[in-house]
Amino acid sequence: MRNLISLLFVGGLVFLLLVLTLQAPFAEGPMLVGKGILQQGTEETGTANLVTSVVLGYRGYDTLGELSILFTAALALGVVLGRRRPEAPRDLEAGLVLRASSDLLFPLLLVVGLYIILHGHLTPGGGFQGGVILAAAFFLPVLARPSQRISHAGLMALEALAGAAFIIIGLLAMRHGGQFLQPLLDKGQLGSLLSGGTLPLLYIAVGVKVGAELAGLLVRLGDAEADS
Amino acid sequence: MMTMVVAVLVVLMLATALLVLVTPNMIAAVAASSAVSLVVSVLFVMLRAPDVAMTEAAVGAGLSAMVLALGLRRLGLWKLDNREKDDA
Amino acid sequence: MNQLPVEYLFFVGAIGLVGIGVAGMLLCRNLFRVLLALVIAEAGANLLLVLTGYRWDAVAPIVLPGMPAGTTMVDPVPQALVLTAIVIGVGIQAFAVAVLIKIYHGYGSLDRRRLAAMLDRDMNELAGVGPGRSPEAPAGKRPFPPPEQQEGRS
Repeated sequence: MRNLISLLFVGGLVFLLLVLTLQAPFAEGPMLVGKGILQQGTEETGTANLVTSVVLGYRGYDTLGELSILFTAALALGVVLGRRRPEAPRDLEAGLVLRASSDLLFPLLLVVGLYIILHGHLTPGGGFQGGVILAAAFFLPVLARPSQRISHAGLMALEALAGAAFIIIGLLAMRHGGQFLQPLLDKGQLGSLLSGGTLPLLYIAVGVKVGAELAGLLVRLGDAEADS
Repeated sequence: MMTMVVAVLVVLMLATALLVLVTPNMIAAVAASSAVSLVVSVLFVMLRAPDVAMTEAAVGAGLSAMVLALGLRRLGLWKLDNREKDDA
Repeated sequence: MNQLPVEYLFFVGAIGLVGIGVAGMLLCRNLFRVLLALVIAEAGANLLLVLTGYRWDAVAPIVLPGMPAGTTMVDPVPQALVLTAIVIGVGIQAFAVAVLIKIYHGYGSLDRRRLAAMLDRDMNELAGVGPGRSPEAPAGKRPFPPPEQQEGRS
């Protein structure tokens, strides 16, 4: 009976979504904000990747809120999992294949992550993607050798530093430009690495913060006491 | 041509999503959810959203699977023949 | 608009993912599978959001060197929103996994109905209601002090 009602609800939801989306003017709608950004975004922010100009320029406040949500999630995870007892059993050492390939992959992932962060304003990619890749790079060795530790304090310091850098750049913009997180500095030539004013700096801060936060999250989950 | 490719991808995606719900093995379910994310990221590329596709591939197919697999490990569900009777 | 069927296919895929995810969340009894269903529904919602900015004659919103000035591009705003939503999603997943680990350590089960029964029993015990009586019945001696005493003390 309960399952029947649930299925009925899902059917109604799917029907509603189908009707609503198929009636909407699709693929040629007005999109006022998007059109304005597409026309002026390149001149106003100097970035070739317009998604970056939206994420950091037009909706920088949004990104700050997103970073704080991620921070809250990491904090809540730490509070819920609690401290690990020192005598709790650890995972076994991984096999030769995983250890060798993690040694091999670590520098490659590091380079790819840094490249993606630094070129966020020119090509697809940016702080979020690169940060995730950096977090994976730093977690792989822990996966291969569970006895190895990443220091929580170091990760938290890195994360705090990156978050402070983001806010300080925003406040500097407030002092010089008038608005919080307004892009500053020289726009540079479109398409070169040193362009876009402060946006690449902001994206570096985002990348370091996301990377440190997700790495800390993974390490905490991996440190959780195994099922007794 | 494009229609055919998209149709195959969508059918594959929905079938994998159903597999997540019905397979008795939790490791297979996590792997299938990662595969759903991979197909979704291919669809994002077709929708001209390379940034989002990159994020989905890195997060959905990589990091999220890592988080869920760690959770499986800690929950004692990491069994290769995991046949639960009470799981609908 | 002769490419309409392709777009319908995208819509069917996205809405199908949302439907499968919601159905899984409602029907599955294992809490870990509920989490997996949430992941699927999230992917479907992201796909739906990106679809709202899609234009069939447009290119990706990245200015390349040799591009003519008036090229149509897809809407970058939904893409930016989804970009952040995906990263938030993985944070929430990790938090949910942590909560599941704690639940499993406390109760030894992840079955939803068994957990609900155990929680009911614990709550009743805490409220001083016997095991055979419903929580709506008038309670006997509760461990908490009566409300008027609490007011007088403060």
